[in-house]
Amino acid sequence: MGIHLYRIDDRLIHGQVVVGWGQPLNIRFLVLVDDLVASSDWEKDLYRMAVPPEMEIYFADVVTAIRNHAQYASDPRPGILITGDISSMQRLVREVKAIGSVNLGGIHHRAGRAEKLRYVFLTPEEEHQLRDLEAAGVEVTAQDVPSARARPLSEVLEGESR
Amino acid sequence: MNEQRGGGPEKPLAVVVGHGEFAGGLVSAVGQICGMADKLVVLSMMGMTPEDIEGTIREELTRTGARVIFTDLPAGSATLAARRILKDDPGIVLVSGVNLATLLDFVFSTAASPTEAARAAAERGKASLIVVGR
Repeated sequence: MGIHLYRIDDRLIHGQVVVGWGQPLNIRFLVLVDDLVASSDWEKDLYRMAVPPEMEIYFADVVTAIRNHAQYASDPRPGILITGDISSMQRLVREVKAIGSVNLGGIHHRAGRAEKLRYVFLTPEEEHQLRDLEAAGVEVTAQDVPSARARPLSEVLEGESR
Repeated sequence: MNEQRGGGPEKPLAVVVGHGEFAGGLVSAVGQICGMADKLVVLSMMGMTPEDIEGTIREELTRTGARVIFTDLPAGSATLAARRILKDDPGIVLVSGVNLATLLDFVFSTAASPTEAARAAAERGKASLIVVGR
């Protein structure tokens, strides 16, 4: 069991995660890796209240997630690890060699980002970070929900309109 | 974010926001049943960042004076955004898990305030869920 999905999603905990992925994968724990959330009791309470009772949620900053990764990975229950941005996942992947694949679940429009998919918008720097992840041997795909096709990074970077 | 409003003279009393076209569909049904869709503002959060969702709900509350937010799913981004708004303005009421019976009760309510109307409507919405059969 352990971590079934490493997901980058700027909405962190939301319907697609808790229900869309959570139900078919029978997810029993979530690891929310975010430096800001991990430092705020109010933010942690906010996300805790969004999680159904059958799911446990762990909060960690990136440094703590690196330190505790082996514990998450050996958990007998299926789980999802989520970061809100590419940089956090990149920091995690650099230190945790066991991460073999990363799911792009939602990186929405913001100034400087260009649309790649309906739910993936990237700056040139973020494109570079994702290419670096792949060059490090990590499979990067975009898939918002389980029923959608997992799109490889090369296809994502070409953009939907091409 | 999409917005739809009815053409009536009433000032909106609540914002309805949810996944996909959920809010638009629900408010459309309210309009079809009783012609009071103008009491509700429809927002869709498709393709938006959490900051944009929160900002847009705040803007609509300010613009309309509405004091109630209806959302679809307790774990949804709209609900999280609404909870952040409530932190700053405890006078706002959030009802998550909204259904058609909730909204119908709300728009017909004669309660003294929209927030009281929301609380009563939520109870009606809960009671409207029935299971028939074995």
